[in-house]
Amino acid sequence: MIMILFPISLFILSLFLGRYIIPANQILKILGNKFLGMNFDPLWTSAAETVIIQVRLPRAIMAALIGAGLSMSGAAFQGMFQNPLVSPFILGVSAGASFGAAVGLVLELPAIGIQALAFIFGLLAVAITYFLAHIYKSTPILMLVLSGMVVSTFFQAMLSLVKFVADDEEKLPAITFWLMGSLGSIEVDDLLIAIIPIGISMIVLFLLRWKLNVLSMGDRESRSMGVNNELIKTIIIIATTVITSTAVAFCGIIGWVGQVIPHFCRMIVGPDHKVLIPATMLVGAGYLILIDNFCRLLTANEIPLGILTAVVGAPVFAFLLRKTKGGWN
Amino acid sequence: MSSKLSIQNASFGYNEHELVWKNINIEVNERECLCLLGPNGCGKTTLLNCINGTFPLKSGSVFINGKNIKEFSIIELARIIGIVFQEHSAPFPYSSLEVVRMGRTPHLGMFETPSNKDTELAFSIMEEMGISHLANKSYTHISGGERQLVLIARTLCQEPEMILFDEPTSHLDFKNQAMVLRTIKKLSNNGMTIVMTSHFPNHVWKIGTHVAMLGFHGMVVQGPVNDVMTEEYLTETYNVEVKIYEAESGTKKTRYCEPLLE
Repeated sequence: MIMILFPISLFILSLFLGRYIIPANQILKILGNKFLGMNFDPLWTSAAETVIIQVRLPRAIMAALIGAGLSMSGAAFQGMFQNPLVSPFILGVSAGASFGAAVGLVLELPAIGIQALAFIFGLLAVAITYFLAHIYKSTPILMLVLSGMVVSTFFQAMLSLVKFVADDEEKLPAITFWLMGSLGSIEVDDLLIAIIPIGISMIVLFLLRWKLNVLSMGDRESRSMGVNNELIKTIIIIATTVITSTAVAFCGIIGWVGQVIPHFCRMIVGPDHKVLIPATMLVGAGYLILIDNFCRLLTANEIPLGILTAVVGAPVFAFLLRKTKGGWN
Repeated sequence: MSSKLSIQNASFGYNEHELVWKNINIEVNERECLCLLGPNGCGKTTLLNCINGTFPLKSGSVFINGKNIKEFSIIELARIIGIVFQEHSAPFPYSSLEVVRMGRTPHLGMFETPSNKDTELAFSIMEEMGISHLANKSYTHISGGERQLVLIARTLCQEPEMILFDEPTSHLDFKNQAMVLRTIKKLSNNGMTIVMTSHFPNHVWKIGTHVAMLGFHGMVVQGPVNDVMTEEYLTETYNVEVKIYEAESGTKKTRYCEPLLE
């Protein structure tokens, strides 16, 4: 119950917080008019309505969507890789997407072009990892991890190359800033595009959540229990990759969410993925809204989201590591 | 009696040039308990993996209830054959009941999660095996023998017609060995068809009805326990001289064998 209230209360709170000060009763009336068909006299400025409807609302929804998506992906990968230290970026999706976005920025493509390139290269990187790891008609976990490292390294090198040739007055800072991750430029249209792939993938992960328990016992055992490992693994990889690529395409690299949230949830609800997956969804959504609010409000200039998630995530992770002494038993 | 499992002219190799074993023929009838003996690395576990279709045979076929395993899907096979692997820890501290409940997988759809009925079945199986006290204990925090029992319970939860055991007593101390063997014997007495690999020929006398001795490259001998468990065959199989002894303690008579050290 608290887990459901956590993201909802933060979501509502985030609509009321911001540099542009709007009285609370006005905010409620704006929302009432817009979504509940009420007819309050519009005594507020059009700027106030724009701030609520066009800026704060889509931004909070996007934060929730991406926080939930990254956390579920992390939990799914940790189950599938039978390792609680795995991040959703392990197959190279972030390196691939970063490279794609950097190319888009250097070519001065419009925002949608940069997003498309990031998305495509994120998918491409994971596809390469998958095919490198595919041997003897199966994809052993160890091969996936190692191939992911190879592909990540390659795309990081390519990213460095793009940075090296980029104009260092404008484009290099743009690339650097983009890589830090931000929800600052999210608009309603972005949300409408992102919600479909992320939503569908989240539903798929949610439906497969119990199979993750079986899968985490290892390939041989899950097969003996009638699980088609290859099929399920492939579906999970596709679903998480669609989520992470979309997230990176719209918001840059937001690290440490997909790693820390599943850990944290496992401490609260236990390791059973039937409960863990919905828990990570809720806590992840609330967590990213919370962090994004700090990004918006702490300083006059926004702090990039990726910095804060790491600044908060790394110590939390360190604390969890010490507390559990590396094992999750 | 109908033949539950039939392996015909089977050979297998991990690569083109080398066969692990060849010309294997095994028949296992309903209610039999076949023990598979053989030296380290002769391919006992590989043979189990071929029976369940994890590894494809190089030549020959495996039939379950008279039907070639190639015609079964993975999930269909899991409803007929259960496998108890060597116990090992899990990456996440699931409760033992959760681990047992995983055995319901072949009876659930792709996106289905187990129902209360499945949980009740899992618990009643644990009760019947006398391990219901483990239900809420973490699978990673119980002894190796207890883990093996939980894995057996999980396999029973699949409601299979036949169970394959892969060295169910290795790494276990005497008490844990006794616990596991007692459970397997009970299953066998209740009519379950069993195939089990083992490094302990002595266990064959305790629970086996039939024995197959695998050497490097092929079968040495197979048949009912009393026909096959001889010093000659054991010596040939393990490539070390083996002696069989008879012993009495009180009213109990038992047989055991040992390799000679000199």
